[in-house]
Amino acid sequence: MKFGVIVFPGSNCDRDILWVTQGILQQPTRMVWHEDSDLSDIDVVVVPGGFSYGDYLRCGAIARFSPALRATLDHAKAGKPVLGVCNGFQILTEAGLLPGALVRNANLHFVCERSPLIVGRTDLPFTQGYRQGQTITIPVAHGEGRYYADADTLARLEDNHQVVFRYGDNPNGSLNDIAGICNAAGNVLGMMPHPERASDPLTGGTDGLALFEALAQQLVAA
Amino acid sequence: MNSNSVTAQSVSAHAAPDQAVVTYQARIHVTLRPSVLDPAGAAVETGLKHLGHAGISGVRMGKYIELKISAANEAAARQQLDQVCDQLLANPVIENYRFELESI
Repeated sequence: MKFGVIVFPGSNCDRDILWVTQGILQQPTRMVWHEDSDLSDIDVVVVPGGFSYGDYLRCGAIARFSPALRATLDHAKAGKPVLGVCNGFQILTEAGLLPGALVRNANLHFVCERSPLIVGRTDLPFTQGYRQGQTITIPVAHGEGRYYADADTLARLEDNHQVVFRYGDNPNGSLNDIAGICNAAGNVLGMMPHPERASDPLTGGTDGLALFEALAQQLVAA
Repeated sequence: MNSNSVTAQSVSAHAAPDQAVVTYQARIHVTLRPSVLDPAGAAVETGLKHLGHAGISGVRMGKYIELKISAANEAAARQQLDQVCDQLLANPVIENYRFELESI
């Protein structure tokens, strides 16, 4: 088992991840129920999109206390890769693995479109398949994806080069056009856009596949 | 059990079953920090203006939560509620909270 996809009540992009990692890339992948606290067999933890626990209280607020997420904190602390997509990004910020928060889109629209993203870093296990400054097209689908952090946190993110993806068209009012950030160590990535929805040619684009391929190649190299 | 240990127990935040506890009704208000944009509040404000209420401004949306809490005393209840708010009910990155307690 290499990839692990955490499944919360209300997750709805979990099987899309599975389709990419196992279906397209032929990597062993285990679906991890939120009450499972043992991730010792897993190399890459993916926290997928959806509406975990109905998005009650705040997006991601309740998922944060699940046994699988607690185990994910240990996984991240050990320096192993953690990818959070959309609701997964919201959960990682609520859990404190990534700074800031995702709040309601500035324009009040639920944005559901293909968004151009500019790649800010290519030295991470997630982004080695991209070129620095490359623009890739990845779908976004969220109502609460506006990245917010206080001025000091934003300055620290920029100084440490933790902004991994920036919107070319900023569809939600995110500060500094932030679409995805990593932690200081670079092993935790959170992003609102859905790379798993741009991996199979049938879905109209494959710019997201390189992210999962890069992770899979890390596993081979390790 | 000597008298010292009884005294120590009586000040602990989580009272033992045989001790008197007070139950409080808590009313918790969670509000967005002033620095955080509130597009929902802005939309409601626009609606109010469309209704003809020209004098209204600064609409901010928040959450109101009620719960009952039993504790040894009000200080213990407040301490526990601070934890509850910091850990789950509010996200300190974007929100502030305040609460009122009333013994019931």
